[in-house]
Order: sequence, then C-alpha cells, then structure tokens
Amino acid sequence: MAQIIDIVLLVFLCTVAVATVRMRDLFGIAMLFGIFSLLSASVFVVLDAGDVAMTEAAVGAGLTTILMLSTLAATGSRAHPRAVRWKLPLFVVTVTGAALVYATTDMPRFGDPNAPVQTHPVAKHYIETSQEETGIPNMVTPLLASYRGFDTLGETAVVFTAGIGVLALIGRRRKKDGTPVDENHGEDIRAEHHAVVRVVGKILIPAILLYACYIQAHGDFGPGGGFQAGVVFASGLMLYLLLFGVAAAARVAPFAVLERLIALGLLLYGGIGVLNMMLGGNFLDYRTLAENAKDGLHYGIILIELGVGITVAAVVTTLVFAFADHLQRGPVHRQD
Amino acid sequence: MEAALDVLSWVLLLVGGSVAVISGVGLLRLPDLYTRLHAASMLDSLGALCVFLGLALQAESVAVGIKLLLAPAFLLLTTATAAHVLSKSARRAGLEPLEDTAAAPDAPGGKD
Repeated sequence: MAQIIDIVLLVFLCTVAVATVRMRDLFGIAMLFGIFSLLSASVFVVLDAGDVAMTEAAVGAGLTTILMLSTLAATGSRAHPRAVRWKLPLFVVTVTGAALVYATTDMPRFGDPNAPVQTHPVAKHYIETSQEETGIPNMVTPLLASYRGFDTLGETAVVFTAGIGVLALIGRRRKKDGTPVDENHGEDIRAEHHAVVRVVGKILIPAILLYACYIQAHGDFGPGGGFQAGVVFASGLMLYLLLFGVAAAARVAPFAVLERLIALGLLLYGGIGVLNMMLGGNFLDYRTLAENAKDGLHYGIILIELGVGITVAAVVTTLVFAFADHLQRGPVHRQD
Repeated sequence: MEAALDVLSWVLLLVGGSVAVISGVGLLRLPDLYTRLHAASMLDSLGALCVFLGLALQAESVAVGIKLLLAPAFLLLTTATAAHVLSKSARRAGLEPLEDTAAAPDAPGGKD
C-alpha cells in the first residue's frame, strides 16, 4: 500500500520536473518549483523524516518561491527564446544519466540491514545507547545538537554567513552618515484590495508563530528543533510582509534588530561552547552546565537549539525583507 | 455506538472521495479559470473536510482527534482564501468570466 503512495509521488515529481524544463513562463516555473518542493516534502513524510519534511515545506515551497517571484518582479518573467543547440547537451545528459542509473545498481537496497550505514559502529552506538546517555526520546535531536554539535555549529555559521552576504549585497540603503533611509513613503497603494487576505492572515499569523515556538520547544520529543522552528517563524513574518507591506513589516521586525539577532543566535551557540570550556569541560560539552550530567546536556541542547532558531529565523526574514525592500526602491531595469 | 460511528465515518470518507473525483472531472471539463477554480476549491474545502471528519471519528485518542479537527479548520481558512485571491487576481489581470458557458468551444455538450 505504501508503495502505491511512493509510486504516485515519484510519478508526480517526474511530471513536474519535465513540465519545468518545457515551460517558458518563469512565473509558472517558480510555481512548479514550489509544487516540486511540496511533493518532496511528502516523500520525506513517507520516509518518516518529519524534520526534513517540515524544513522542505517551509523553505522550498514557501520562502524560495517568494524569493524567486521577487527576483522575477525585478528582472522580467519570460525566458528569452534562443536557438538551442541540443545535440551535445542531449548526449552529455544521456551519458551522465546512464552512468548515474548504472551506479545505483551498486547502492544497497533501501532499508537493507547490511548497508554500510546500518553496520557502521557509530550508527549502532547512537541507536543503542543515545537514549541511555542523553535521556532524550527523539534520537535526531541529541545527534544533531550534541554528538555532532560541531557540525551543527558549522551549519549555523553557514546560515549566518549567507545572511551577512545578502545584507552586504542588497541590504538596506543608508544615507552617507550611516543612518537608514526613512521608508515611510512605502505605503502600499494596493492596500484596499487586500481586505480578505488581511483578515485571514491576522487569524493565521499568530497560529503560525505559536506553532514555530512549539516546534522549537518540542524538538527533544518529536520532529522539530531550531532549523525547523526558524523557517516556520520566518514564514509567518513573511506572510505579514506580503499582506501588510514593507513599511509595516519593518516596524514589526526592524532591520537593526534582525541584524543583531543574526549574530546573537550564533553567539549564543558558540558562547555555550566557551562557557563549557570555562566550566572545565571540552568545547560544547554540555554536561558541565549542571550538577547532573544529563540535566546539563538538556540545558545545553535547548540553548543551542534556541541559538540555531534565532539565527535561522533572523536570516530568512532578513532575506525576504531585503528582497522586498530592494524591489520597493524601484525595479533595476525591466527587460520585458 | 461503535457501529454507528463506523458507518458515519465511512459515509464521510466516501463523500469526501466522491467530491475529490467530481472536482477532478470538473477541473478537466469545465471551460474557464473561474469555473475550474470552483471545482478545485470544492475538493480543498468540502472534500478535505469530509475526509478529515471521517478520520477524526476513527481517532484512537482525543489528542489525535483534535489534531484531525484542527487541520481542516486551517484548510477551510486557507483554501477558501487562496481561491478568492486567485480569482481576484485573474479578474484584475483582465480575464473576463465566460458569460455563456455553453458557447465555449470545448464545453461539454456545447456546440463544437
């Protein structure tokens, strides 16, 4: 029965991929990307990867679509038709595809107990002893935050760097003395057209933000954690921006605050590590945080997850806000 | 009691499933965006609502049941709004609804 769902989802995925390649209208393609992400999220749910599914649905289907649409609004929405040389690319794609399909024959079957990932001693250790060692029911969370805390610190730093990069490229316009330009002229002229969505948005946004906090706090017990909570929180703010305009959104989450939150989250994560060293342990050894080692581990994981959540939410919100702000300053140069 | 719940749940699931099929047919056969949107949003609201209610009657615990009731509540809000926004944007983009649906070239039973 589950196989039928797999097959249907994969057929949909292939169909959407082919449709994306064949389409010329870039707005349509942006929408198809969103559909593709939502389908991928469903595949992740079928594979029991709730954490990944949540992120994929929020980022892939929500935020990326918005970013692509704002880019299109700034550049133009149709691909320029041009004479395509197709013989060489087709050859390359066919050969590469055939090689990839051939390579899959060497991969272990899905769920094979003898696959390297199952037999590796580290995996066995995580599965068999992580419950006892940490006392956290959701195995993903201690893996991500404690056993592999360095990796996650690195990932958070990547998100942080991406945020800084976007701010550097299209960040808020400033006057020469460094103060942000007043953007009060940005009241949306289409405001009166948005009555219905605004009322519904006012009901939905608090629920979305509350759900984000739930995911943040619930990471120890079920799918969730900082990354998921961050993107869900950011999509709530993004909805607010879409419904009420840049000026209103900038009053809710001012750039100056967002900029500092981006750094604060990473600082919290790294700071916990330094605190551990000052308390006599290794970097990111949370057991030093409390008398009881397990309690310390829990405090540490909750705090660093909070750091991840703050940085991710702030970076993603900044991304969307910066794009919207950039658009409102005027289109760059329209090509259509 | 148990049997009555089961029957009710089956009825709801079957109604939901039929609505899904009907709106699928409608999506393919109706002539313009507005009528197709009507078909599609029937699935989103009525179809999903029936299926969720049918599942909620089979929930093994109150917590699961509440989740199964919250999901359609949000769906009702969002899908109706989405349909409204879609049709409104189409209208503002200048797409006129078909006045005489029978005159559409590919209408079922229309003159082709």
